[in-house]
Amino acid sequence: MWGFYFGELVHSLPFFLKGLWMTAAVSGLSLIAGTIIGFILGIIRASGNKVLRSIIGAWVDLIRGTPFLVQVFIIFFILPGAGIELEAFPAAVIALTNLAASFICEIVAGGILAVPSGQREAATASGLSAYQQLRYIILPQAMRTILPPLVGQYVLLVKDSSVVSAIGVVDITRVGWLTVQRIPEGLMVFGLVGILYFAICYPLINLSNFLERRMTVVGTRL
Amino acid sequence: MLETFNFRVILEYMPLYLQCFLATLWLSALSLLGAIAVGTIACAMRLSQSRTFSRLAGIYIESIRSTPLLAQLYFFYFGLPSLGLMLPEWVTGVIALTLNSGAYYAEIIRAGIQAIPYGQIEAGIASGLSYFQRMRYIILPQALGMTIRPMLGQAIVLVKDSSLLSLISIMELTRAGQLLTSDRFMPAEGFLTTAVFYLIIYYMLKGFSSWSEKRLIFREAH
Repeated sequence: MWGFYFGELVHSLPFFLKGLWMTAAVSGLSLIAGTIIGFILGIIRASGNKVLRSIIGAWVDLIRGTPFLVQVFIIFFILPGAGIELEAFPAAVIALTNLAASFICEIVAGGILAVPSGQREAATASGLSAYQQLRYIILPQAMRTILPPLVGQYVLLVKDSSVVSAIGVVDITRVGWLTVQRIPEGLMVFGLVGILYFAICYPLINLSNFLERRMTVVGTRL
Repeated sequence: MLETFNFRVILEYMPLYLQCFLATLWLSALSLLGAIAVGTIACAMRLSQSRTFSRLAGIYIESIRSTPLLAQLYFFYFGLPSLGLMLPEWVTGVIALTLNSGAYYAEIIRAGIQAIPYGQIEAGIASGLSYFQRMRYIILPQALGMTIRPMLGQAIVLVKDSSLLSLISIMELTRAGQLLTSDRFMPAEGFLTTAVFYLIIYYMLKGFSSWSEKRLIFREAH
């Protein structure tokens, strides 16, 4: 019986690869959008404006304080009530981008604040404009603190993307869920699902660890 | 959307929400206790001299961290019955949550222990302290001081992750929102109320986290 199901599973491998592609598409799009939005908001959050800072802080708390599944449901089910009709795919990308942006914003703000204030003062004294300070003095140094957790955040993003299967996006997890209805061997089917996620996440985790070691070494040399 | 927001339905469903709130609390508490136990054991194995133990713990930690919780949950939910193990849904859910968070706790505890300079342990040995005394008076107080924040952070993640249990039809907060959505077709009322309850837990744990950082004696360890 086991052998028969294994054969069936091999036959549905193309279906799994389609799911893999969907997972990559959802998390890739949100990764790019979330990084851009997160960097902009993080720079604002680390800057002087108190009102903007606390607004962003409240938004981050809202996103961090509620489960991603609930956020997905809110965006997918409630926005149509406000007149914004969304398909499952864009709803998933919006929810995941929102999540990624909130976490990346905190990472970026933390990295910028970790740069010694003497650097900024020296830049101001040298007559650099605010943009030049950010571009040539602050960000290059902050990147050392930002990069390892940022890559770690990408791993979380890929894993969190599995939750959007709940609204019917046919990603790897959803493919597994659909397949297990036909091939009732849960360990085998979700073992395969796990291997596919592992193939994406494990290299990323190692990259994050590598960057962490690398950046610490560079940091002590300076 | 807000003009038609129906507070009366929320009041009507309040007993269900409170019941589900308690369910979320105790499901998370149970998994938290289990996860800290599993994490401690996995960490001890990872740091042990035996290569077999260390490798086994490594495989466990890496495979959990590289796959999404939802895939793990389905793995147990669909997989255990095919092994002939018929468990109630909530037991499956607690097992998945425990094993998932256990891997993260193992890493947190390991980081805490390894952050203590080896010289301190040597000094403890030189002063004639026993293994137990070294653990009790030198290593653990400092390790706890360094890990209390990430530990509470993981507890917050655990509470939010418990929302995924709604997908295997366990009655908890997110499920309550789903019920209100499907019974009355009121997703806004349903999921926003759910979100508020999660925020209550989040702010409590977050407040406790910053309190512990300020008040507890072992903060000097930083």
